[in-house]
Amino acid sequence: MKKNKKTEKKNIFSVQAATAPVAALLSMLIFIVAVGASAFRKDDTPVKEIKLSMINSDSVESVKAFETVYKVLMSPRCMNCHPAGDIPLQGDDSHLHAMAPKRGVDGKGVYAMKCSNCHQDTNTPGLHTPPGNPDWHLPPAAMKMVFQGKSAHELAKQLVDKKQNGNKDTKKLIEHADDGLVLAGWNPGEGRTLPPVSHAEFKKAWLTWIKKGAYAPKK
Amino acid sequence: MAKITLNINKKEYPLEADPQMPLLWAIRDLAGLKGTKYGCGVAQCGACVVHLNGEAVRSCVTKVSRAVGKQVVTIEGLSETNSHPIQKAWQEVDVPQCGYCHSGQIMSAVVLLREKPNPTDQDIDDAMAGNICRCGTYLRIRKAIHVAAEEQKKLAPQG
Repeated sequence: MKKNKKTEKKNIFSVQAATAPVAALLSMLIFIVAVGASAFRKDDTPVKEIKLSMINSDSVESVKAFETVYKVLMSPRCMNCHPAGDIPLQGDDSHLHAMAPKRGVDGKGVYAMKCSNCHQDTNTPGLHTPPGNPDWHLPPAAMKMVFQGKSAHELAKQLVDKKQNGNKDTKKLIEHADDGLVLAGWNPGEGRTLPPVSHAEFKKAWLTWIKKGAYAPKK
Repeated sequence: MAKITLNINKKEYPLEADPQMPLLWAIRDLAGLKGTKYGCGVAQCGACVVHLNGEAVRSCVTKVSRAVGKQVVTIEGLSETNSHPIQKAWQEVDVPQCGYCHSGQIMSAVVLLREKPNPTDQDIDDAMAGNICRCGTYLRIRKAIHVAAEEQKKLAPQG
């Protein structure tokens, strides 16, 4: 029996050894075809302003990572401060913020309705009380960075477009993953759900998406 | 508990308070200034608005520690003789019904007029939407702010 097992193993190894060069050749062909095909796919073309090393570029991996990024950015903890209009959203159902505070030029509210009039440096204790952060604000009027209502394709394009992202280059986009207000999404105060993945997972996906070419999904 | 000094209406108040205490508690219960009202306690109604370095903060969620070293102004400190244009307009238009929310309403309106001396109806709505009045005096509030804007214009130095 022992002898038979050894022979079996030997046979398996010899089959693997024989097919290895074929598999490698096949993988290379697939890679060449994929690279060639992706060169003609307009949807996957990264926005020109972003300069990335093409050595690490990988549209499939990049788009896959963006799936996670998109899920997080469209969660209430992120989207509520990236509304389509000039009034922030509130709650897990992303309804219009009670009292209808307006964005203002700098994103910090207007007149007697400035964000920091209610939002303190830290979360206020208690259910559904104002969450806090020292720099609480919406994106400014000149760079609204709307998430609400955007498809994954539209959002990816917008995020890397310097004309729409506050002139952020790759380095600044990468740093933005650790921005104080981004992190605040994972410390939302009582009664609010967390984003769908941890900040570490989000950051990993964000970096992968950018470093692999910041490709936009087809849709 | 900690020893804290608050500057309220240009007067120093040495207080003993937990730094986490809401500023409203310190103003009403420790400094004894009762003009500022408690409404909801969660920054939803605006009854507790006071000025902190000129901004219309909601004192029910503002910690005492945030006010240390800053200028707090309550309704009592807005003017010595109730002669602020907003206060005069409130009397002229006879705005309040029950009056409970109006110290907060007035403090918010003052910030609006400082930043926008000639507000439109839209500006007034944008500034005052966070101050709830259960008596529904909103139209009189709007009218009084326009009256105050005119009064303020007259008082402004010419030239």
